[in-house]
Amino acid sequence: MSESKVKKLLDEPLRVVNIGLEGFATELEQQGVKVIQVDWSPPAGGDTKLANLLSKLGT
Amino acid sequence: MKIIEDANREALKRMLSGDPVLVDVIPASAAIPELKQRMILHAGPPIGWDRLCGPMRGAVTGIAVFEGWAPDLEAAENLAADGAFELHPNHHFDAVGPMTGLTTISQPVMVIENRTFGNRAYCAINEGLGKVLRFGGNDEEVLDRLRWLRDVLGPAMGKALRSGDGIPLKSLIARGLTMGDEMHQRNVACSGLTLRALAPALATTTTSDDGLPEILAFVGGNDQFFLNIAMAMGKAIMDPVRDIDGSTLVTAMSRNGTDFGIRVSGTGDTWFTAPVEMPEGLYFPGFTESDANPDMGDSTIVETIGLGGFAMGAAPAVAGFVGAGAASGAAVFTRTMGEITFGENPEWTIPALDYLGVPTGIDIRLVVETGLAPTINTGIAHKEPGVGQVGAGVVRAPMSCFEQALRGFAERIGVS
Repeated sequence: MSESKVKKLLDEPLRVVNIGLEGFATELEQQGVKVIQVDWSPPAGGDTKLANLLSKLGT
Repeated sequence: MKIIEDANREALKRMLSGDPVLVDVIPASAAIPELKQRMILHAGPPIGWDRLCGPMRGAVTGIAVFEGWAPDLEAAENLAADGAFELHPNHHFDAVGPMTGLTTISQPVMVIENRTFGNRAYCAINEGLGKVLRFGGNDEEVLDRLRWLRDVLGPAMGKALRSGDGIPLKSLIARGLTMGDEMHQRNVACSGLTLRALAPALATTTTSDDGLPEILAFVGGNDQFFLNIAMAMGKAIMDPVRDIDGSTLVTAMSRNGTDFGIRVSGTGDTWFTAPVEMPEGLYFPGFTESDANPDMGDSTIVETIGLGGFAMGAAPAVAGFVGAGAASGAAVFTRTMGEITFGENPEWTIPALDYLGVPTGIDIRLVVETGLAPTINTGIAHKEPGVGQVGAGVVRAPMSCFEQALRGFAERIGVS
């Protein structure tokens, strides 16, 4: 992204979608930024062996 | 995998095609021929006396006195510690029971027949709220009520039901959902509908001398009367779903106050267990969380068929009762459970959610993938024997049960 585009982005009101850890959204909201929080966590809570099984069993 | 999708479709089809009917009330000895003296069926997965929680111990000693196996509670406790009583899960004998859930030889049990598949399931009669055996109560008041259920209400209900063709439950549940019940912690509507269906026959088959006024007052005054019917209905619906090769759907969730256990269709009768969780909820005046026993009972069979916490959206009033937040948030529970279920029940719908069918068929793959454990609405028992119910709340099934089940299932079908 060029410097001018970054400047333009920061000059405008931010529109933020936060995926996962809610703390990031909370911090921004406390600074008056509107945030859409998407509840997400890694499959099987990040357990790679279980995630591997799930990928084979399908969902 | 196609084999799993096909198996789960078959499992869901069997769940949805079940036709449960309340047909009779008979002594447990007649319903379950394997039951014998000094044999106690309990809620949850298998467990021995040494690991039983306080309320379960209170109920075991109480039922031993009730059955005449011990002269008093102290003697009953000594006998139990000496291994004089044989303990088995209700689930191993076509039965279920709420909280401590004890089933013994002379208790009357309600009979639910699944007319599509011909199987039957059983549950004792609900005793009401407060100090009752299912919450670990065991004093004379509790035992006297059990005697009345055995000698008066049980025989009268049986006679009334046998005089007709039984009470079909599928349509009754559908109506109850439109009237604000979720059939676990709120059974006001379904209890009333059951009494309405039963009363004409009771009035014909039972006289005032046989206790008719007391029977009508007891059933009419017990908002949770239907819970035990809903549970036996759940068992009758789920038993034909067991043992479908390749199915990842849960056929039973149950807890004994120490362990939580689940069974999965494609892994037969294996229990996958983990330490049971503590409910979060509201307490009756004078009690706090420090008085509470961890989660307990076979009543999670209700969530297994898509009701209870899964149907919270139908019962906003219950959200406040169990401390689950604002009534307007009840729909979130139902929609969230929709993320871990294989389908919906088109005959059991929730008007406030634009007639969304209740989420049906818990898929262990979805539970593990999303990290969303089933939500359960539950009563809370005091941790000490003999006290009874102290509150109501919400609890999550332990994720470990589902992770173990997934590994067990994968191993069974040769996936590693």
